[in-house]
Amino acid sequence: MTKILIVDDERDVETLFRQKFRKEVRSGDLELVFAFSGDEALQVLSEDDPPEVVYVFSDINMPGMTGLELLKKVKDKFPLINVSMISAYGDTENYQKAMSSGAKEFFTKPIDFDSLKREIVELITKK
Amino acid sequence: MNTINIIAFFLVFFFRKPRRGDLPPIKWYPVLNAIAVAAVVVSILNYSVDKEYRILTSLLAVFPIAGLTYLVLTKPEFEGKKQVLYAWLPIIGIEIIKDLVELIFPVFYAKRADYFEIAGIFALIWAIAMWINNGKQAKKLEKDRLIAIERERELEITAKLKAELEVQVTERTAELLSQKEELEKALENLKSTQDQLIHAEKMASLGELTAGIAHEIQNPLNFVNNFSEVSNELIAELVEERAKDPSVRDESLVEELLADIKDNLSKINIHGKRADGIVKGMLQHSRNNSGQKEFTDINELADEYLRLSYHGLRAKDKSFNADFKLDLDPALPKMEIVPQDIGRVILNLINNGFYAVSEKKQGLAIQGNSEHASYKPTVWVKTKKLDRGIEIRIRDNGNGIPADIKAKIFQPFFTTKPAGKGTGLGLSMSYEIITKGHNGQLSVESVPSEYTEFIIILT
Repeated sequence: MTKILIVDDERDVETLFRQKFRKEVRSGDLELVFAFSGDEALQVLSEDDPPEVVYVFSDINMPGMTGLELLKKVKDKFPLINVSMISAYGDTENYQKAMSSGAKEFFTKPIDFDSLKREIVELITKK
Repeated sequence: MNTINIIAFFLVFFFRKPRRGDLPPIKWYPVLNAIAVAAVVVSILNYSVDKEYRILTSLLAVFPIAGLTYLVLTKPEFEGKKQVLYAWLPIIGIEIIKDLVELIFPVFYAKRADYFEIAGIFALIWAIAMWINNGKQAKKLEKDRLIAIERERELEITAKLKAELEVQVTERTAELLSQKEELEKALENLKSTQDQLIHAEKMASLGELTAGIAHEIQNPLNFVNNFSEVSNELIAELVEERAKDPSVRDESLVEELLADIKDNLSKINIHGKRADGIVKGMLQHSRNNSGQKEFTDINELADEYLRLSYHGLRAKDKSFNADFKLDLDPALPKMEIVPQDIGRVILNLINNGFYAVSEKKQGLAIQGNSEHASYKPTVWVKTKKLDRGIEIRIRDNGNGIPADIKAKIFQPFFTTKPAGKGTGLGLSMSYEIITKGHNGQLSVESVPSEYTEFIIILT
């Protein structure tokens, strides 16, 4: 069972992911948790020690803590957790900031679920 | 008898001479000359003939003087000389009568010669008196004439001045008219500049919005695309499941898939409407004419513009980040307002708030202030129902407004932003919209280096 955390201030993201990964969730290969802000995400991660979550997908553009700030904090506290960014702004500045801060992948919105799925499937099979 | 001829002879020369300022009576020169010659001839005749013919020459002697008298009395050319003639007439008359009486009644004449002497003296006194009087009158006339000339000259000068004045008045009028036209033109220019400035301000705030709008439209569009794609997949799964034999078919899955598809369709609809609302809002925002008042949910408006402002600033400046907090009163009644105008005010105040907090954050970073790490740049938007009307509070924990600037912030063109960053019209336009457009109040409370809070009250 692979537990991943998706962080986005848009609540409908949850519905979307749950439908997209219905089969994986159903089969018990994947568990999805959601947070709607950076603070909430950090809270979720610190619920268990060590955290069960192995992968964090985060939006960049969020009020309060941005995805990039969250990335730094996660990498700081939980260096083993993979973090990938999902942003509506696929500009090089954001990309470079994310990559230099240790992001694994950088996905642009609208999300290409096929590549996202490949990433997640790879994660599951690796485990 | 010669006396009158001598008088006639000299009078002719006197009458020939023009009075000062008049033309000489050239027309009458031949007649005057003839009279002079006649007088001389008659005189000579009078001397040369015998006594018994004297009566004839004496009668002849009357003609030159009578002719001269007639001429002077009747012709207008001699108008000014009549006085002289009047002076001489008694002497002439007395002379004629004396001569005739002497000739016809020599006895009577010898007896009464002294009467004629006395009459002659009176006539002489008369002549002298007339002569003195004439001199006075001539002087007076001369004076009058000079006065008249002077007056005429004055009149001429006056007329000239008048003409000059008229020209000046015409020139001045033309000048004033052209000045008036110039002023009107300048006023028109100012008005159109004002319109342009207002439009520029709107466009500037729209420019600030563009990135936010793009983000705000992109997000719902992504959802529309994603949900329709995923729905397609769900339908494929559904078809697959239904193709199975009823004995192995998972009816609960079919139900779940159908419920999800239905859910997704309504989500597509919601996000489509969201994008639609944003585009409409943007169009309203940029519209030039003042809109109609309509009942509007101000909570919705505040939420929408807060997001637009936030995402706009985020998109424009990657380093920008701030938190925002919405505290909307669910009991807020709908208000009759011009939504795009109030939206513009809310947007402007929120933008200012975000600007203030990011300024403070940058300032703390530059100073190396220890507060920097703990400082949380935040903008609050709060709505509240009042006993009468509603209140919108937009607060930021930025640097605050110094007391000396506070009075100026609603003045047009006042800005603390660096050149090119602000038009200085945002707050003055906001003030105008709230106070004049909606009879509301816009006030500000601030504690330097702590917070700024704008309060809109609409009734």
